[in-house]
Amino acid sequence: MTLRDKYEAVIGLEIHAQMKTATKIFCGCSTKFDSEPNANTCPVCLGLPGALPVLNRGVVEKAAWAAHALNLHIQPVSIFSRKNYFYPDLPKGYQISQFDRPFSLSGWVEIPTSERDEHGHPTEWKLKKFRIQRMHIEEDAGKSLHEGFADTAQHSYVNLNRSGVPLCEIVSEADFRSSWEAYDYVQYLRKALMWVDACDGNMEEGSLRCDANVSVRLRGATEFGTRTETKNLNSFKFIQRAIDYEIDRQIEVLESNSRVVQETRLWNEKEGRTFVMRSKEDAHDYRYFPEPDLPPLYFDFGKFTGLKEAMERTELPESRRRRLLETYGLSFDDAALLTSGREMGDFYEETVQASGNARAAANWISSELLARVKAEEIATSPVSPAALGEMIKLIDDGTISGKMAKEVFDQMFKTGKSAGELVKEMGGGQISDTTQLEAFADEIIAANPKQATDYRAGKVALLGFFVGQMMKATKGKGNPQLVNEILKQKLG
Amino acid sequence: MDITGLTVDALHAAYAARETTATEVCTAVLDRIEAENPQLNAFITVTRESALAQAARVDEALAAGESLKPLAGVPVALKDNQCLKGVLTTCASKILGNFVPPYTATAVAKLAEAGAIFVGKANMDEFAMGSSTENSSFGPARNPWNQDCVPGGSSGGSAAAVAADLCVLATGSDTGGSIRQPASLCGVVGLKPTYGRVSRYGLVAFGSSLDQIGPFGKTTRDVARMLGVLAGHDVHDATSAQVPVPDYLAALDGNVKGLRIGVPKEAMGEGLDPQVKAAVEQALRNYAELGAEIVETTLPNSGYAIPDYYIIATAEASANLARFDGVRFGFRVEGAKTLHEMYQKTRDLGFGTEVKRRIMLGTYTLSSGYYDAYYLKAQKVRTLLRRDFERAFESCDVLLTPTAPTPAFKLGEKTDDPLQMYLSDIYTVTLNMAGVPGLSVPCGLSTEGLPIGMQLIAPHFAESRLLNTAFAYEQAHPFPKRKLS
Repeated sequence: MTLRDKYEAVIGLEIHAQMKTATKIFCGCSTKFDSEPNANTCPVCLGLPGALPVLNRGVVEKAAWAAHALNLHIQPVSIFSRKNYFYPDLPKGYQISQFDRPFSLSGWVEIPTSERDEHGHPTEWKLKKFRIQRMHIEEDAGKSLHEGFADTAQHSYVNLNRSGVPLCEIVSEADFRSSWEAYDYVQYLRKALMWVDACDGNMEEGSLRCDANVSVRLRGATEFGTRTETKNLNSFKFIQRAIDYEIDRQIEVLESNSRVVQETRLWNEKEGRTFVMRSKEDAHDYRYFPEPDLPPLYFDFGKFTGLKEAMERTELPESRRRRLLETYGLSFDDAALLTSGREMGDFYEETVQASGNARAAANWISSELLARVKAEEIATSPVSPAALGEMIKLIDDGTISGKMAKEVFDQMFKTGKSAGELVKEMGGGQISDTTQLEAFADEIIAANPKQATDYRAGKVALLGFFVGQMMKATKGKGNPQLVNEILKQKLG
Repeated sequence: MDITGLTVDALHAAYAARETTATEVCTAVLDRIEAENPQLNAFITVTRESALAQAARVDEALAAGESLKPLAGVPVALKDNQCLKGVLTTCASKILGNFVPPYTATAVAKLAEAGAIFVGKANMDEFAMGSSTENSSFGPARNPWNQDCVPGGSSGGSAAAVAADLCVLATGSDTGGSIRQPASLCGVVGLKPTYGRVSRYGLVAFGSSLDQIGPFGKTTRDVARMLGVLAGHDVHDATSAQVPVPDYLAALDGNVKGLRIGVPKEAMGEGLDPQVKAAVEQALRNYAELGAEIVETTLPNSGYAIPDYYIIATAEASANLARFDGVRFGFRVEGAKTLHEMYQKTRDLGFGTEVKRRIMLGTYTLSSGYYDAYYLKAQKVRTLLRRDFERAFESCDVLLTPTAPTPAFKLGEKTDDPLQMYLSDIYTVTLNMAGVPGLSVPCGLSTEGLPIGMQLIAPHFAESRLLNTAFAYEQAHPFPKRKLS
């Protein structure tokens, strides 16, 4: 029995996702990412004396979508609170967040998750339900810059462009038992938030950040072990690796008869380990209290025309994945791929509709189309679902062969022309006229008597040679199936 | 031009008759500030140049035959916690000693739009924390009636400036009596509007759920006129109310016949100076003569108002004042070696004693383990105080109390005893807790020749009723003019 079998990990995740609005949560400043330092600021997000916050309606709408994506219950009344702490990138000395009356409560996702083998390949996908405790709305802080200036040794700088950018914080229950479960959950969460357009999901720009609470306990124990919190994990890989490291570290601590210390830690990617940021004793007392500058947030669908209907119309990614799997008989991988984004799913289903062939549509998109178009840019693919569907139809009705289709597809991409047009330009579709093909076959067999004799003597591999000759003679347009049949018959 | 006792009505009559110009009036006021401010210390900043430029624009408009805007050519003092773009706004604190805001408060912008001329920024208790204007890092302001006495606070500079004719109108801010108490001590009219009536955008916050900007004037009519300009919803303040602004001047008919004036028994008891009590009782008799009905009523929880106020206000203040950290604006101590040291020394040297006391109080009451016992309980008491008023207004149209328990006290008299100082707001803080409007109007002089004010209280957004009640008294019993020192 390994130590990992002896112990069980218990993991909870807090995700901060930037909500996709053009302006900040409490003022009209832009949320644009790469502006000049401090260009997107005003008295409100600079925390100047006398400035007051006013809630951006767009943030509420995005938060409602995020709640919808995660099956959270939007609360009719939620309350903003001040979270007090001093830091140079926190202009007011408090963050406006939500505390005991959050925007939404009690959500869940039920998604496929799998452990990975040593090559990182999934071993076995299983459905698992992860509960979500709450999601609240808050403002982001600015950014402190400690490096890269001539006077770095003496001074730090502050960029407040991010101050007041709207975030939602999604707090899970401690339902994860491995780093890969956490990984699959965060992946799904990002997909779901992007799916409903609540978040742009851009990890490099910090649009999604994760704090992981990890503890371990003897397998079978019911009490939780002492947990640590590893903060600011901003990539899927870091999340998975930091959690794995923490699990092993805590097991090691327990195995050496020590106690795990409750503390906040940070992940160091270069060294591949977590290290202490602050201990429990140094933990902040945030002194939360209701924000007097903002009235309670009364959420009412009536204030957002069409929102409720739009949500009811929106099929969430996991539902769609399951429907595609069941309705079209797709493989697990194809169904996952074709619901990796909302536009991908739309593209696929439109192609199915245009072609009448779900399997072929899946194959063409996953192999040929995605070799040429990035998944996230599928909506602007030069070959539309209708065009791809038309091409698949031409294969299915025998007008073109699979091989020809690859050439046609390539040309569709380059020229933007339809499959029908291209086939015409190529001098028509494949030759399925048996009389014509038989004439070619007779000629070829006559011209290659030695090979014909050898074939008949049992060297059946020579069929390939004859097929090649036939294709050459028909300029690649011979119906492959008929060519095979006719050759076999004539040589037989 | 004699500016003694000048009111907006008189001034506008003179402008309309072309008897004077805004420039002439403004110059006279500025000259008087120059002469008297060294003693009174009512102003922290005098904005002579921009005031004269504003006056010139008013004169141009007058010459062009434009009709007078509500405050055209009226010299106004702004309390120094209200942002005016490009002009030093210090909150009487060292920590904001060099702060020049890049934007203008909504209320201030409305005054400018109405044609007001800003003559300067008025002295105050640091961050509006105090009741005597002695907590100013620019030195105390003095009472024009007796310069050994305080003008009250925290808007003491504003009240003193109006009383001494260093302006015609002034703005104050009132978190727990800071307009009404100095109005009472300086013998002028001061109004704290309903919470939400006037935008707080650009008012440096002290207790965000309590703060209101309000007007000071020499007459109820002037105060009514100024409130009409200040009031209204502001998209930049989520707590400003979307309640229509009535014509406050039109409501002044001086008729109080049948008006039920309630006197909370708690306000006439222990701790009240006999002279103040006598003056208020005389005013009640005067109202009865005018046809009002005097009713005894009760605010049973008002005894908890002061402690309750010092929990809520300081809790909010502890967060509101966190932004003064030396990082982005204002005073920063030099030579600190670490961030922590920079914070600590900046705030230690930048804030005065009373401000630090309140930050510590507020931080304490919000701390984990104490929150429920203090802040949460205080919020519940606050609800009780609000209900007290609701009940009282079931049988009364307005309430009447003394504004302050005593006339103006001597400088230094209460500085060593913060609790005594806090008690000078005992009749006023309750209104802030409940959000209802209150007005202080002069109702007598003490034997020492110091003004005494009474406080009128009305339900939420009933400022018209409040103003008319004061107006009726004022018409029947004109307040004696201050003898110039």
